[in-house]
Amino acid sequence: MISAGIDIGAGTTKALLFDPDRGVLARASVRTRPDLEGTAREALAAVCSAGGISPQEVGYIATTGYGRYQVPERDIQITEVTCHARGARRLFPATRCILDIGAQSSRAVRIDDRGRVVRFKMNDRCAAGAGKFLERVSRALDIPLEELPAVALRSKDPQPISSICAVLAESEVINHISQGKPVEDILMGAHLSIADRVLSLLRQVGGGEGEVTLTGGLAQNPAMLQALEQRLGRPLNRSSESPFAGSLGAALLGQQRLVRRIAGAPA
Amino acid sequence: MTMYVAGADVGSTTAKVVILDRNGEIAGTSLGPTGASIVEAAQRRFREAIEKAGIDEHEIEFVVGTGYGRFKIPFGDTQITEISCHARGAHRLFPATRTIVDIGGQDTKAISVDGQGEVVDFCMNDKCAAGTGRFLEAAALTLGLPLEEIGPVSLRAARPLRITNVCTVFVESEIMSHLVRGEKMEDILRGVHNAIGVRSIALLRRVGISEEVTFTGGVSRNAGMVRALEDQLGIRVNVSPLSQYIGAIGAALFALERARGPKATVVSEEST
Repeated sequence: MISAGIDIGAGTTKALLFDPDRGVLARASVRTRPDLEGTAREALAAVCSAGGISPQEVGYIATTGYGRYQVPERDIQITEVTCHARGARRLFPATRCILDIGAQSSRAVRIDDRGRVVRFKMNDRCAAGAGKFLERVSRALDIPLEELPAVALRSKDPQPISSICAVLAESEVINHISQGKPVEDILMGAHLSIADRVLSLLRQVGGGEGEVTLTGGLAQNPAMLQALEQRLGRPLNRSSESPFAGSLGAALLGQQRLVRRIAGAPA
Repeated sequence: MTMYVAGADVGSTTAKVVILDRNGEIAGTSLGPTGASIVEAAQRRFREAIEKAGIDEHEIEFVVGTGYGRFKIPFGDTQITEISCHARGAHRLFPATRTIVDIGGQDTKAISVDGQGEVVDFCMNDKCAAGTGRFLEAAALTLGLPLEEIGPVSLRAARPLRITNVCTVFVESEIMSHLVRGEKMEDILRGVHNAIGVRSIALLRRVGISEEVTFTGGVSRNAGMVRALEDQLGIRVNVSPLSQYIGAIGAALFALERARGPKATVVSEEST
């Protein structure tokens, strides 16, 4: 029976269908609207249509992310920490640490060799070290968000951004521009600033060794990957499925419960 | 011959210049946006204040620069921190002041002063936009209201909402979701002002709150913010129509001391 994982994030809502025999059937993502319930339904409809199934065929719905409590159809809600850990381990079985960088929060999770969460640390109080920081910079520089990574990767001499606060960094970026600093150097500086914040979370969970897997929306950003690897001094795991790691974890955990429910259900 | 001095306070958002005559009376003032060039903003305000005072530039004997852009003021004879200048300026307008809360465009300061207007202790937040004017700007922008209207609108609140986010970036989404739920603008705005009040008072507690409390900086012009602070403190706060100029007034008072001679110098100058 098919399970669905819906990860209702602050920026994007991701949905994924998992079939025990065929693996991942489909993925879909939609922009999160203030109406979280409606957004989750929209994502579920999109993923069912992508997978060529009807929503009635979904046997179990597990939700995660910031809006996980807002879906009345859910069978269970699971924290992002657990779901990202599970999803990342499925993508990269030797993963020992997960770095999840989303639009409004970032977290570092350390797991043991059996995939159990040992420690985690998150920042969801402040936009520093999250995708919103780049949105601010994009606005200040008047460059579309999706074009930022390509521009940043041209940098030869990254410009340090000393403000931690995303709002104050915006003013700093404007100052750099007025001083004639190259846009690519400012942008790479912004990516490095996020990297520094996120890697401090990683240090706090004791992520000194072992494979580190990048998940969340910013995993798609190649400049972010370069900034993280440069500051960490070693490569990170990342795949095109990284942004879906949370929904994958939710669907897998949902699948486990589904199996248990079927096995334990009265005839 | 008449002698004049000037204080120039170049903040992150606005630049202020005050000219005092030899008796310490205000002869001219000017205020305008700082914009991208601190040098130009300072010069423009300086020229305008001179013009308003109806004097010649060479009649100004001493200029003290303060504020975030103080080291870039081209005509400054020396620089003194905004902490000392705000203390001195607030003491001048309200001699019984012992505590100052200065909420500017990008930072917030709490200062405790003695009976002579000397700084006893201070505490500031310049690391994060929470609790500063930027937080109010973000709220105004999200609600589509001019910045100067949000204070008065917040005063109409019947059921103030609690704003739970500290981060200025996140508060924008929180305001949006309140709007989606059909909450009233005034209730949201009162919540926003209260949230800044909470942050400011936490800062004030670190230096100790003793009466009288004077509210300075650009945000002190916002009646909603004055109300939020008074409600939470449970006392009245001093606010002057000149409150935005308090840093510049303090700087000009220091300039007057310098111009009159070294004997009255009490504050150590900063080195560039």
